[in-house]
Amino acid sequence: MPKPAEVTLPSDREVRVTRTFNAPRQLVWDAHTKPELLQKWQGYDGWDMPVRDMDVRVGGKYKWRWRSREDGKQFGFSGTFTEVIVPSKIVHEQYYDQGDMDFAMPVGDPCIVSLELSEQNGVTTLVCNLKFASKEARDDAVSTGMTDGMEYSYTRLDDTFKAAA
Amino acid sequence: MQSSEHLDLTFAALADPTRRAILARLATGEATVTELAEPFEMSQPAISKHLKVLERAGLISMDVDAQRRPRKLEPKRLEEAVDWIERYREIFEQNYQRLDALLEALQTKPSRRERTKK
Repeated sequence: MPKPAEVTLPSDREVRVTRTFNAPRQLVWDAHTKPELLQKWQGYDGWDMPVRDMDVRVGGKYKWRWRSREDGKQFGFSGTFTEVIVPSKIVHEQYYDQGDMDFAMPVGDPCIVSLELSEQNGVTTLVCNLKFASKEARDDAVSTGMTDGMEYSYTRLDDTFKAAA
Repeated sequence: MQSSEHLDLTFAALADPTRRAILARLATGEATVTELAEPFEMSQPAISKHLKVLERAGLISMDVDAQRRPRKLEPKRLEEAVDWIERYREIFEQNYQRLDALLEALQTKPSRRERTKK
């Protein structure tokens, strides 16, 4: 049974997620780079992934879109690959694509996502590092409207603090 | 953004072993500056500096008891920081559990692997 993902905060605008998988590195690489595999695991409960264009090479672009089964609203991410070392490293820009959602993120510098894979004894370790354009962008990223259970409103929290003060 | 500032102050406050030890002590009950300074080879003014950082982050508060003025833990702000990381982790973990299932399927169907191998 793989250990759950670990999250650390290497700096005030980064999040690092580390996770091991009981699979060879090539398979984990494939799952991250082949559209037909990616759409089987990447996303959110109650959402389909209708757009998953991937051109995995330096300078290549990708576009991901999810659509809610409940109301058909869409959002996604897109960007360009800046580093590709098969099968161990991918670095790409990540721009948020607001689509039909109410939630907006400040337009500006993208988040830089880097994925590094290493394998030992049939177990692959994935280190996913997200470097946001700013502290606020990092903190806001958590509150993107995703699954119902994950939905979080900073407004409500602010109200709670005001009421408690 | 107000909550982003809260998180920044909280994380900055937690990024010090003395302050973490102070919070651990206060988790067991309130204490005065003298009592808090005791385990550390540190002057009271030095401890007071740490307490100010924790107060500014809203992690501790002062019980206005005229003679003793003990400090006490304010758990809500700490919970906010922990919850935030936990939410983030859960988002990733949900995806990775689906990935576990996919990787298992890919490894237990040899004929399918043959077809997708390049």
